[in-house]
Amino acid sequence: MSEKRLYTKEHEWVVVKGSIARIGVSDYAQNELGDIVFVELPSVGDVVEEGEGFAVLESVKAVSDVYAPVSGRVVAVNEALEDSPELINESPLDEGWIAEIEIDDTAQVGDLMSEQEYMEYLKGV
Amino acid sequence: MKQTPLTAKHRALGAKMVEYAGFEMPVQYTGLVEEHLTVRSHVGIFDLTHMGELELTGSGALATVNMLSCNDASQLQVGEIQYGCLTNERGGIIDDILIYRTEQGFLLVVNAANTAKDYAWIKQHLQPETQLVDRSAETTLIAIQGPKSAPLVEEVLSLSVSGLRNYTFMEPEYKGVKVLLSRTGYTGEDGFELYFPNTFAEELWDAFLNQGEKYGVKPIGLGARDTLRLEARMPLYGNDIDDETTPLEAGLGRFVKLDKEFIGREAIQKQKEEGLRRRLVAFTMIDKGIPRHGYPLLSLDGQELGAVTSGTHSPSLDHPIGMGYVQVESAQPGTEILVQIRKNQARAKIIKGRFLA
Repeated sequence: MSEKRLYTKEHEWVVVKGSIARIGVSDYAQNELGDIVFVELPSVGDVVEEGEGFAVLESVKAVSDVYAPVSGRVVAVNEALEDSPELINESPLDEGWIAEIEIDDTAQVGDLMSEQEYMEYLKGV
Repeated sequence: MKQTPLTAKHRALGAKMVEYAGFEMPVQYTGLVEEHLTVRSHVGIFDLTHMGELELTGSGALATVNMLSCNDASQLQVGEIQYGCLTNERGGIIDDILIYRTEQGFLLVVNAANTAKDYAWIKQHLQPETQLVDRSAETTLIAIQGPKSAPLVEEVLSLSVSGLRNYTFMEPEYKGVKVLLSRTGYTGEDGFELYFPNTFAEELWDAFLNQGEKYGVKPIGLGARDTLRLEARMPLYGNDIDDETTPLEAGLGRFVKLDKEFIGREAIQKQKEEGLRRRLVAFTMIDKGIPRHGYPLLSLDGQELGAVTSGTHSPSLDHPIGMGYVQVESAQPGTEILVQIRKNQARAKIIKGRFLA
């Protein structure tokens, strides 16, 4: 089972294991947002569409939506973020994960960027 | 986009630059929270060159200022500073300003976004024998704010500030050129604002940074400026006050002198007699969530009361806070209200006084 990390143009990352996609935001995104002080998580059971804002990250200054990189049903959320939103800054790719979505159609992830493609994409941002 | 004489310095310091009031300005350097806390615990320096400086001189200068400001500038001695609002005929706030009484007349320090509007308004109402000059483009403004600001200012400018009271200024010389140093600020901390010719901008900026190292100085961006002023419960023009809000509604009644004539006096007098319908209040969140500009404010039973005008996660309190207008019936300190945050309604409590102890 591969554990490739894939990225969106909106700076979310996805790691797919079987039909479960774990989602977070990239290191670039957390750096741009600055100190995260509040995270609004989706609820387990929510059905989300690809491209839909399904979580909210707030820094002191700004509010940013996290867009679902895939369609499906939320099966887990990172409750640690409720009391420790700073985990997104400290460990965006690991402890700062946001939610897990059970994917409707695994073919969707083919549209996402590989890590290398994302690094290339950042050069043009 | 306009730049200040310090733009290159900000870039070299790695600042994130944004457009603000037509200027390219630093919104943050190392991080908003760190910068904010530096001003509360040590000292920070701010480039505020975008602010406008309008000079009124001549024998009609006092009459002009007093016709336009809701406060009474005739009370000012040379060297003193007064906060006031320029108000329109409806009593709405055109701008909130600082009025410096100089030997030659008055210096009005105005919000960057309003400099052109204020200039036109003042020009239109100039009394006889009065000259109005916009000094904004030739003036650099650096603020030095925080508990360590006094020793740093004393060291850089080689003077003593022990006799310089809040809301007063002095005009010391720097390298033979007169500069203006006032004990004022927009952070709730002890602090100073220094106005001087653009030619000294880079060397004075560097002097404050270098000599301030032992005091823990940092450059501070506009992001922290906003959270600092909000914690101190100071209104921001364009957010908390504007042409449609009056000084009474904004809780600025102590700066309104109804016993003198000024544009807007009648409307404000009438509002005072009839009673206010809404008031600007400060609140802290009880439930989770951060209030933001424009979010609706509701009573606990769901009636619309008004809207949030400023809100943030307070770095000093590590807690969300905000200000907004509510109907007077709900404006009492201690009242619980609801903030509509996206799909949720979160409880908040109206407080009395500043957010900080």
